[in-house]
Amino acid sequence: MAQKTIAGVNLEVTEDGYLEDSTQWNEEIAKEIAKEEGIELTDKHFEVINFIRENADAGLTIRKVGKSGIVDIKGFYELFPGGPLKIASKIAGIKKPTSCV
Amino acid sequence: MAEKKDTQVKKVAIICAKASLEDVYASLVLANGAVMEGMEAKIFFTFFGLDAITKKHMKKLHTASVGNPGMRMPGGLPFPTLLGALPGVEAGVSAMMRKQMDDIDVPPVDEFLDMITAGGGEIYACKLAVDMFKLKKEDLSDHVIDIITIGDFYAMAGGEGSQIIFT
Repeated sequence: MAQKTIAGVNLEVTEDGYLEDSTQWNEEIAKEIAKEEGIELTDKHFEVINFIRENADAGLTIRKVGKSGIVDIKGFYELFPGGPLKIASKIAGIKKPTSCV
Repeated sequence: MAEKKDTQVKKVAIICAKASLEDVYASLVLANGAVMEGMEAKIFFTFFGLDAITKKHMKKLHTASVGNPGMRMPGGLPFPTLLGALPGVEAGVSAMMRKQMDDIDVPPVDEFLDMITAGGGEIYACKLAVDMFKLKKEDLSDHVIDIITIGDFYAMAGGEGSQIIFT
């Protein structure tokens, strides 16, 4: 566990940079984590991020995001290139996903 | 002690040569898992593995109910070989497997191919096997990029951090 200041807030993060406490999350924090991942967040990104936050405890998979009606799987990969479920979860301030699909 | 430095896996080239549900799923999970992690993934379907990308067969893959030591009855008792040989048992067992996988969000084969290719994964068919089974490009899933030789596949499997996996 480590301390990290993101968007002016002192946060506990895991070794991989996931927030320990998702209730500390806000949109400014999301934008800053996204910037580290090389992503400029748009409204579409936030729609996906909100879906991910709402379903954080439901065993998220890429397939579920693809069926969310917000974005298809191809679009999800385009929004968060290089590992969409992991990167989107990190930006959404939830735990690292444990799904294999 | 010298610091351990691993080269990260950046690309997987997967060869799927069998048609049973579990062997095909092994390849698909490996490929999908790779693209999910931002890695490159290519699958080469050959011999009976071609069933997984043949329109006629891809939705009806079976798991063997005879000669499969991993097979158990619901509850954990061994699955009698003679029972597995009865007509319809293998189809029933396979349908049950597919249902169980769907429950944990593992999609059917065609949808799995959609997912893998949506993430940039590439699907190829083996020319030798396609010729042997007298198939044509149109018999295969639309996700198949091309029918190629194993030599062609090796040619695109190289590079630092790349791995060839046979399932």
